[in-house]
Amino acid sequence: MPDLAASRPAHSAHSVHRGTDLLPILHAPRARLLNNRRQTVVVLVVALLLLAAVVLTGRLLDGAAQQTDFTAKNLAPSLQHLFGTDWMGRDMLARSLAGLSTSVLVGLLAAGTSAVLALLLGTAAALGGKKADTAITWLIDLMMGIPHIVLLILISFAIGRGFWGVTIGVALTHWPNLARLIRAEILQCKESSFVAVARKLGRSPVRIALDHLLPYVFPQLLVGLVLLFPHAILHEAAITFLGFGLPPEQPAIGIILSESMSYLSAGMWWLALFPGLALIATVFLFDRAGSNLRTLIDPHRSQE
Amino acid sequence: MQRKPSEIAPYNLPTTDALGHPEMSSAAAAQPPRNHSLIEHSSTQEHHHHAHTPASRHAGGHHLLQVEGLNIGFTLYESSRRQGDDRQSAAAGKGDDGLGQSAGAGRAQHVGQDSKAGQAPFFAAQAFLRARQNLVPVIHDLHVSVHAGEIVAIVGASGSGKTLLADAIMGMFEPNATVKGRIWFDGEEQDARSLAQLRGNGISLVPQSINHLDPLMKVGKQVQGFAKKAPIAGKMRENRAKRLPMREQDLSAPGHSQSLSGRGTRKERVRKQQELFARYGLTPKVAQQYPFELSGGMARRVLLCCALMDNPRVIIADEPTPGLDLELARLALADFRDFANAGGGVLLITHDIELALQVADRVAVFNDGTVVEETAVAHFASPVTLKHPFSRALWHALPEHDFAVCEAVDKSALLPFDGDAPC
Amino acid sequence: MAARVAQQLVKFIVLIFAVSVVAFFLVSISPIDPVQANVGQVAYLNMSEAKRAQLAEYWGVGTPLWERYGHWLGSALQGDLGLSLRYNAPVTDVIAVRFANSAALMLVAWVISGVLGFALGIVAAAFKDRWPDRLIKGYCFLLASTPTFWLALVFLIVFAVWLGWFPLGFSVPIGVAPGDVTLLDSLHHLALPALTLSVVGVANIALHTREKAIDVLQSDALRFARARGQSTAGALLHHGLRNLALPALTLQFASISEIFGGSVLVEQVFSYPGLGQAAVTAGLGGDVALLVGITILSAAFVFGGNLLANVLYGVIDPRIRRAERKENHA
Repeated sequence: MPDLAASRPAHSAHSVHRGTDLLPILHAPRARLLNNRRQTVVVLVVALLLLAAVVLTGRLLDGAAQQTDFTAKNLAPSLQHLFGTDWMGRDMLARSLAGLSTSVLVGLLAAGTSAVLALLLGTAAALGGKKADTAITWLIDLMMGIPHIVLLILISFAIGRGFWGVTIGVALTHWPNLARLIRAEILQCKESSFVAVARKLGRSPVRIALDHLLPYVFPQLLVGLVLLFPHAILHEAAITFLGFGLPPEQPAIGIILSESMSYLSAGMWWLALFPGLALIATVFLFDRAGSNLRTLIDPHRSQE
Repeated sequence: MQRKPSEIAPYNLPTTDALGHPEMSSAAAAQPPRNHSLIEHSSTQEHHHHAHTPASRHAGGHHLLQVEGLNIGFTLYESSRRQGDDRQSAAAGKGDDGLGQSAGAGRAQHVGQDSKAGQAPFFAAQAFLRARQNLVPVIHDLHVSVHAGEIVAIVGASGSGKTLLADAIMGMFEPNATVKGRIWFDGEEQDARSLAQLRGNGISLVPQSINHLDPLMKVGKQVQGFAKKAPIAGKMRENRAKRLPMREQDLSAPGHSQSLSGRGTRKERVRKQQELFARYGLTPKVAQQYPFELSGGMARRVLLCCALMDNPRVIIADEPTPGLDLELARLALADFRDFANAGGGVLLITHDIELALQVADRVAVFNDGTVVEETAVAHFASPVTLKHPFSRALWHALPEHDFAVCEAVDKSALLPFDGDAPC
Repeated sequence: MAARVAQQLVKFIVLIFAVSVVAFFLVSISPIDPVQANVGQVAYLNMSEAKRAQLAEYWGVGTPLWERYGHWLGSALQGDLGLSLRYNAPVTDVIAVRFANSAALMLVAWVISGVLGFALGIVAAAFKDRWPDRLIKGYCFLLASTPTFWLALVFLIVFAVWLGWFPLGFSVPIGVAPGDVTLLDSLHHLALPALTLSVVGVANIALHTREKAIDVLQSDALRFARARGQSTAGALLHHGLRNLALPALTLQFASISEIFGGSVLVEQVFSYPGLGQAAVTAGLGGDVALLVGITILSAAFVFGGNLLANVLYGVIDPRIRRAERKENHA
């Protein structure tokens, strides 16, 4: 019988990667211009640049936003007034930017406070024993049970309107989700073997918390913070729009949109459209940045 | 691959090389047997670069299933550890257990942890974000073939990537996988598309456990499966029709009665399911139960019935026995034996060398991402007949031998490995 | 089953009780003087001392918080939530009328956004990384960043002002006697607010279902279904839907809170006389009793949704259902 094998290439452990280029490709990953990590960097950088631009121009244009010019009122968007002007001849671009910078400030403060609250309460629930856990879990359930807007109205009613009122209100309403997440993370970490080993090795609870728990929850906290920010802005705008947030004399997106309502039936669509779009752009970028970061720390998707 | 028709003619194959050996010399091809499918292989006879057994038949003049030069790699981010550790982490990625199912799962956590260890957080984050994506090879240059009428066991350590082989044959690829190689089914070379069409339509999978069934659907309905569009593309159907006369001699082969269009009507499927249940001693009551209500033995038979529903010609069984006691495992493997005896081919993927030796005709030893030796079970009678150091190590590790793993490896590693012994 | 429901009910009652405490506490610490807020500044200044004292006593300015709460709770348990100053009617009556309007709006939005979002999520997952997925994802990401009230304003400009297809606001035509309002009229007024609320609600459920569906597609069961020759979409339809319906349903019930919040904003834009608008009026006008009433109702709504979801879970999942049946037999 002829030996068919003799002429066949040897396949052995030593013939690695011989001629793989000639083999047909059965499957290959989708080609991407930017991998997920690069993409995240790009989105983050753009978002932060936008943030800086909004805050800077908003502060610089604060005067321009208040300036009335009754010879140029109710103008549709043009090259001179990109966003048009309102019934008092105020430039809507300047107003929108000034309003956005206020919203951003409220959003940053509220999101930061909320994240700290979430960290404290989440940690307390996970490490503070059964009673603390029950109490905080109940509090979380309670907070999530009342619709955000209703709770914001209540809080605004309780502590008064204005910059601080709305900031505190938004901060107080946004922590439960993140707190729940952090609690779960810490509980998982606490049960893990590396913490058990550290404990057996006689490390102090403080050291364990700093060396193991904190690094463990830090990515979640960071992503939570980035994602809280756009939500906080949205809720600030909403509550201001309803009349419970920032005072009317302060340029804020919510105020601008709320005032625009009276002029919509007169066909002055630009009063509502552009300020809203500016808000959406800001929220969208940070929402994307946060979601991208979350993908990076998600074990199932980190290799995308 | 350019070949003159005269060279192929003896194999009765219209388009592709029967044995899928692109480099086959014309000298060898010039004097092949008149009809290879009729050759009786004496025990452990070796050609086509692997040993055969009497059960191995080249029905139609080719292997039922053949994998050649399979390479699978995953595109992974390089670890953000220091440069010097790169090789080590690449190796760790290769042997990682997670690769069996979804490459990369479970690795993010340690990537995340990396950024915390030692370095300043900023630089760690920078390294993390700048990490390049590299192709990490997991399976390389793998060859294996299944003949009609035999059980081939792929034996290797758990989590070494054997399941990836099954996935590749089923045409199921992870998004970040790069898969190269040639796969022939019944003498025809396949591409990703046709492999997908062969699922449940020539090649069937018997999965590991009951977790592979839908927990929310009754067992009977799941075994029956669902109607699907005629999965065989027009061209393939034609080819099949052309080959039919050739296979007439092989009527006992499973799959010969398979209709060419999908799975038949619902009524037919119900009847077939009931027949299969009766044959495997499953009461009709079982069909009305949910997967979580089945015992281990029932689950195994139900999973087999799922595969047999589709009249496969090749069954790929991925670790079908863990969790079963020895008696049940033997029964399970006896069912595979019956299937093979009827002319089907079974590719049994397992980490259990003892079990493989009991039931399989041939064993493909899987180590470090490739099949290092494909040999007849009879060759495991003595280490002398085994060629590769790892196979000999496996032999020594068998309980009835000396368990002397380390020593055996050390000794055999010194022996030169001749990959191409004459037959 | 009964035990589960009972357990959930107890939790429900305790939570509602807690909400009432929180709401009452929050309105009580308000710097807004209820007397002044409710009679108006001018009237207050012109009022005699005796009258002021009488009103102050009515509003319980002098009495401590817990005493007032006890008083309120006592009547609340008998079905009396107090008097709404703004609407000059019992809170329960105001809420009942307003709730009917809001319920229609929210129910339509809830069903449409749920069904549409679920379907879009499944489609996106089945076509992961291809153009239908990108389209749906883009839509959802954008929607998730859009303020509800702004979208309502844009719809108002486009559909009511420019195209004139829908009325500018309110739940019935202006100047028509309540008896003459037809169902068609009501639906006509309901359409735009409901559309806004539905469109916004889709994003959350679609993205969530998409993620879950992708997970499910990675599961052993779905991989095996595909290994048996089913297409990705086919496997999802036959084996994924029930697995996905559970979390989607839970999420949709949980999203009642957001739909309620959205309805507050949408009602404000469209001047739709629902609960949301009443809440805003109560908040701005210092109508304490109404505000507390609406808070409790909204919480009951949200908790009720969660409770329903938990009960449904047991009905749909055979593992829970059969396990309980066995327990009952034993």
